[in-house]
Amino acid sequence: MAKAKKSQVVKYNKWGYIFLIPFVLVYLIFQLIPLFTTIYNSFFENYRQGIVQVGPNFVGFQNFVTIFTNGDIPTYFSNTMIMWILGFVPQILISLLLGAWFSDTRLRLKCASFFKTVIYMPNLIMASAFAMLFFTLFSDIGPVNSLMIQMGLISQPYKFLSHTISARGLVAFMNCLMWFGNTTILLMAGMLGIDSALFEAAQVDGATSTQVFFKITLPLLRPILLYVLITSLIGGLQMFDVPQILTNGDGSPMRTSMTLIMYLNKHLYSKNFGLAGALSVFLFIITGILSLIVFKFTTQEEK
Amino acid sequence: MPNSEYNDVEGGMGIVARRILAYIVLILLTVLCLFWFYVLFINSTRSNAELNRGFTLLPSTYFAQNLDNVIHGTLPIFKGMLNSFIVAASAAILSTYFSAMTAYAIHVYDFKAKKAIFTFILAVMMIPTQVTALGFVSLVNKMKLTNTFIPLIIPAIAAPAIFYYMKQYMESALPHAIVEAARIDGSPEYKTFNTISLPIMKPAMAVQLIFSFVANWNNYFTPALVLNKDNVKTLPILIAQLRAADFLKFDMGQVYVAIALSIAPVIVVYLCLSRFIVGGVAVGSVKG
Amino acid sequence: MKKKLLSALLSVAMVSALLVGCGDSAPAAEAPAADTAAEAETPADDTAAEAPAAEATEWTVSDDGKVLNIYCWNEEFKSRLTDHYPGYEEVDATHGKIGDVDVVWTIVPSDDNAYQNNLDETLLGQADAAADDKIDLFLVEADYALKYVDTPYTVPVTELGVTDADVAEQYQYTKDVVTDSNGQLKGVSWQGCPGVLIYNREAAKEVLGADDADTVQAAVKDWDTFQATAAQMADAGYKMTATANDSFRVFSNNVSTKWVENGAINIDANIKAWVDMSKEMVDAGQTGTADLWSDDWSAGFYPEGKVFCYFGPAWLINFCMAADDASSIAAKGGWGACKGPQGFFWGGTWICGANGTDNASLVADIMKQLTCNADIMTEIVKADDDFVNNQSAMDAMAADASYSSKVFGGINPLPMYVEGVKTIDLSKLTNYDQGCNEEFQKAMKDYFEGNATYEEALDVFYKGVTEKYPELTY
Repeated sequence: MAKAKKSQVVKYNKWGYIFLIPFVLVYLIFQLIPLFTTIYNSFFENYRQGIVQVGPNFVGFQNFVTIFTNGDIPTYFSNTMIMWILGFVPQILISLLLGAWFSDTRLRLKCASFFKTVIYMPNLIMASAFAMLFFTLFSDIGPVNSLMIQMGLISQPYKFLSHTISARGLVAFMNCLMWFGNTTILLMAGMLGIDSALFEAAQVDGATSTQVFFKITLPLLRPILLYVLITSLIGGLQMFDVPQILTNGDGSPMRTSMTLIMYLNKHLYSKNFGLAGALSVFLFIITGILSLIVFKFTTQEEK
Repeated sequence: MPNSEYNDVEGGMGIVARRILAYIVLILLTVLCLFWFYVLFINSTRSNAELNRGFTLLPSTYFAQNLDNVIHGTLPIFKGMLNSFIVAASAAILSTYFSAMTAYAIHVYDFKAKKAIFTFILAVMMIPTQVTALGFVSLVNKMKLTNTFIPLIIPAIAAPAIFYYMKQYMESALPHAIVEAARIDGSPEYKTFNTISLPIMKPAMAVQLIFSFVANWNNYFTPALVLNKDNVKTLPILIAQLRAADFLKFDMGQVYVAIALSIAPVIVVYLCLSRFIVGGVAVGSVKG
Repeated sequence: MKKKLLSALLSVAMVSALLVGCGDSAPAAEAPAADTAAEAETPADDTAAEAPAAEATEWTVSDDGKVLNIYCWNEEFKSRLTDHYPGYEEVDATHGKIGDVDVVWTIVPSDDNAYQNNLDETLLGQADAAADDKIDLFLVEADYALKYVDTPYTVPVTELGVTDADVAEQYQYTKDVVTDSNGQLKGVSWQGCPGVLIYNREAAKEVLGADDADTVQAAVKDWDTFQATAAQMADAGYKMTATANDSFRVFSNNVSTKWVENGAINIDANIKAWVDMSKEMVDAGQTGTADLWSDDWSAGFYPEGKVFCYFGPAWLINFCMAADDASSIAAKGGWGACKGPQGFFWGGTWICGANGTDNASLVADIMKQLTCNADIMTEIVKADDDFVNNQSAMDAMAADASYSSKVFGGINPLPMYVEGVKTIDLSKLTNYDQGCNEEFQKAMKDYFEGNATYEEALDVFYKGVTEKYPELTY
């Protein structure tokens, strides 16, 4: 009897495998095989000369040596990180503040759902369209410049995309604008999850809301903050649409706003699969390490 | 903003003062979020000559004309919208349904490879698609699938992040007892999944359907590598073309209308479902 | 020893290729995986590129096509065909009809080699393409014409049915550009592109005191005078040119060395001269740094833009200067033209037939009507202010006092073009010109704006070019 029941369960459990088939099959074909092809390609010289295919010729680690020694990887990696940090710092500060306000029951903000709706909206906008919009708005004779001239702030148009600071700043600003709503809502959820008894106890003890925020809320938010930080970092490493379209793929000025993925795209685009492969492997390793951290952190929470 | 905290420590700012400050900041942020869309709206109603003369805060009367120019222009914006819709809708449906199925497999059943597979999916969740783009493109070429939607739709079946969300949701919403009860009633497993579990998962499915749709609608990197024929291009590619193409820029009015057209559908959907979407962001992505 | 290591590595490579199923990523698309591994084997010590022309110098053209596929990068050719080809009916922006043949336009902007990349893919897939998808006709520019002309993907015009007699009236240089290394003519053009200096009459009157061509020519007769005039213009609130890139073609057409010499990127002295002059002018506020085609550049087509002159061939005037917009300078006939400091040409569009076309006679007829038929070509000049590729027709019209251009306020600019076309020298063209020209202007923009030294900007230029053309060195 007992035996029969067990086999019954086993019979059910084969459905676990069946339900996994689509996922595993698709993942294998469209992710895993490409991953191996990518790695394989990184060891070959393989590009187009005009319409003529050159290679693939086996070159060992030559492609890796090339992208590291010509300074491209370090430069574009630091560009990417700088723009990410410029966008992330204000984003997390604003989000913390708004999250605290929205979750503060004493403050009783009216129209909270209206504000949440508005601040989340930029997140849904097509990044390429948003970048195109910003490009037109911030062009030398665009509305922003003409507005500033009309207001008498400046006499000559300011060339936003010709200065490292403003070009990077624009990218960071757009990223911040697109993501602070999302982060706010995540952090707010975390804050609402904190046991309200803690706040009440603190209030009874006469703590100001600033003290409550720094002494209670922040420490308890650590796991979520870490999650936000790392997912945002991985998102930052993938930064592409916004700077690509804003600078038309040039990363102007002087390639100071060129990100790793833009660089990858350049090689993919000119069909230089050797260098593109080496670059992908590098990116894979970096994101792999970061993923490992997230993974550790999420499974820790699992317990 | 750090300033406000400072004041607070100093004098213990009154609740009213803090509320006012909060409103001011919120209104500023609202303006910051909405200003760009306002400018977009104004500029899409103005002719190229007017746009050249500088910016005004009032709309003009050329919207219909600009729209007409876009419709009759060489950039197939409307075909692009249709393409984007086909890709985004199919990918959203597939990824939501199959992610729920995958999550169900892990959640309900107990089998040998379960832990290994679950760990694997979590581990690869964060690996960006760009990393495998090179291999992906050559695979697509080999399979002769360039300029088709298949490489943009089918891979959506394997979506680790959506899977994770579903799994989190199931943990709180789908007790094993329900499945057991269905088994006792003699319901076959796939039927239990489709008719009993999925309805319970509705809220999570709806949220992921929307997010997945938006993500695919906005996706630029992969489609740009797979699609190069005008009649299959999706919206983001056409927008990027706007940025690059010399001859299209002779009429900025058209450019603004094209941008507006690519943004508008998502905004309309969002405004209808905003409460739902904003509520859905936090669920499952992080356990609070 | 080395060989052993190599073969060991290769077997590893082969195994992984087999495992992976698709080791090679050349989209040339041979399907079986085993093939791929074999391919990886051969070229290991042989770095030479395989010659494309090896097997396929067989021309396959036929006449049974129902769809005419045309590839181009903007709307110029489309409007020529719509307006001047007998029997072309427009269906919508990217479709048309000639008789019972459907015409499908594929328009990809040329920026950043996008047009070429797309064309490459299409031509490489031509053999396998379905009949209705086969490319029949495509356009090329002088900057990269050779890349396509010297391959078996482009069919000689004689194979299509265009004879030497048909093209006898065409300017020789337009034929030289598209003649392959075997001496076969592979394309035809309807236009000649000698450039002139196009000046704003208003500004000329205000600053130089008169707006006739002789006065202006005297003020721009060489580059030193040009710069002196630029200073005067700046004092009066005008930019000499909209951007530094405006004068780029004038310098780059008068070089004595090529962009690429023996596989290495080469900066000609005249290119450097352009950099030096432009830097001075930008620093003095006499010109801007915007990209060509940007709205900052085209702002000068309107009086508010305050730009004194543009350098351009006939197509620029017709295609770009917004003559149909009532508020533009062109609509009021406010431009004048003179020779400028140096003769030059810019662009030019050639019509090529694709090998494997299934509409050969239609392609040939389009070529003949637009580039050999003197009546149609004269019509193009009258309607579109273009300069067409027909020597006797142009000579006749240049002498014809009854023809005048509205944009130029009623003067006949043709004698100037006829003069200019004789001096066009295309012997310094290479396959890499588009990439080099584009990247060079982009890189120098940073130098002009003070973001980089000349050497730093040059580094970015080299980087950009080698990313596009990995085979080049510097």
